[in-house]
Amino acid sequence: MTTGHTVKAFDDDISQLRALVSEMGGRAEAALSDAVQALVRRDLDTAARVVEEDRRIDALEAEIERQAIRLIALRAPMADDLREVLAAMKIAGVIERMGDYAKNIAKRIPVVAEIRGIEPMSILPAMARAVSEMVHQVLDAFAARDAEGAVRVCESDKSVDDFYNSLFRALLTHMMENPHTITGSTHLLFIAKNLERIGDHATNVAEMVYFAATGQTMAEREKGTGHQYMPDAE
Amino acid sequence: MLNEIAAEHHAVPGGTLKMTARNVNVFYGQKQAIKDVSIDVTQENVTAFIGPSGCGKSTFLRTLNRMNDTVASARVEGEITLDGEDIYSSGMDVVQLRARVGMVFQKPNPFPKSIYENVAYGPRIHGLAANKGEMDQIVEKSLRRAGLWEEVKDRLTDSGTALSGGQQQRLCIARAIAVEPEVILMDEPCSALDPIATAKIEELIHELRGRYAIVIVTHNMQQAARVSQKTAFFHLGTLVEYGETDTIFTNPREPRTKDYITGRYG
Repeated sequence: MTTGHTVKAFDDDISQLRALVSEMGGRAEAALSDAVQALVRRDLDTAARVVEEDRRIDALEAEIERQAIRLIALRAPMADDLREVLAAMKIAGVIERMGDYAKNIAKRIPVVAEIRGIEPMSILPAMARAVSEMVHQVLDAFAARDAEGAVRVCESDKSVDDFYNSLFRALLTHMMENPHTITGSTHLLFIAKNLERIGDHATNVAEMVYFAATGQTMAEREKGTGHQYMPDAE
Repeated sequence: MLNEIAAEHHAVPGGTLKMTARNVNVFYGQKQAIKDVSIDVTQENVTAFIGPSGCGKSTFLRTLNRMNDTVASARVEGEITLDGEDIYSSGMDVVQLRARVGMVFQKPNPFPKSIYENVAYGPRIHGLAANKGEMDQIVEKSLRRAGLWEEVKDRLTDSGTALSGGQQQRLCIARAIAVEPEVILMDEPCSALDPIATAKIEELIHELRGRYAIVIVTHNMQQAARVSQKTAFFHLGTLVEYGETDTIFTNPREPRTKDYITGRYG
């Protein structure tokens, strides 16, 4: 779609920045699915590893920031190049938050692992898959400067919100019927909330990708009724 | 419809019209250097012309005060106005025109005379000063506006060519200012200067903005981005895009503009 820069090293710098964002995003995506797997399998080792791995994600954010500053200082990027470099820096900040949510899920696993028989928990893996898919797609959209792909990611946030709302209702019912599971159920609710927030962050990244690719902000899209249990969401 | 497209192309909202060009073509012998360029220059803004070498930006700049008249093979078609008056009409006094539309060149070119005489020369031939006192005032005011007064006030009789490159360029700007122009054309005024001297000229352009309509040709895109409010991108003799400097450098409309400013051209 676009031709290379006359100064080839400029292209190398941008590719390197993109590769770092992809790596960081890939790690966050893996942390998320590992955390949910560990939750389902009550696997405390994996949970501990997810917590540990978060440092790598944080380190990558610092590296991306360093590279972006260097690129701005040395190459003076303009127009779509400038938007992309700034987007990379902002996206790294968002992915760092995603990593934190994955870590937070992993940290709850030791508590939740001791509790059995909370039926609504079975929805979590499917919700996590939907969120992972959003993260994956938005990173692909960033790599390809794909504005349409970014729009699709925003649209799929609705299904994550639907998962959250149905899980919220199910857990509420479950807690009323089984008051002794309130501790575990509350942790599960927080985990679901974390997944929902990751979905929102993926949406934010999609908006940044859209702006980087087109120079326009994404038109206010249909938000639907997705946030009925989240009065203060967004 | 075509008129609407043309109107969108040459006019950028915001500003009082100072000069207009409509359907300008310039030929050097058989070769066409400028193709159907229409553009508005406003009083309040610094307008930057950017584009690769040979794109016609300097040629076009020179049509604005008829400097191309000095090139025997050059021929200009179309209409260029200053305050609504056709500058290529037979009644236009070219010497007077060049006093109203002053010019600063790429390489500083002070006269081999004293600093004082460099500035006083224009006002003298245009009869702007009645006596020595008035001339002194014009020289001081011009040098002050050019940001050079403090550096040269104690050595006004020294030769202008003894100054540093950056000082010489500011002397040339003082010389252009001395005849009270309305428009100042600058053809790569900093390309021979070091970064500090360049920064001083850029600061000066900022100071002069509003008092004079300023048009600057520059190869340095960062400079265009820093000093101008409107930017025009020329390519192969055509005006590709003209717009707010902010827009041109953050989100240009035309792919050719984008490729050029992001360093992908050629």
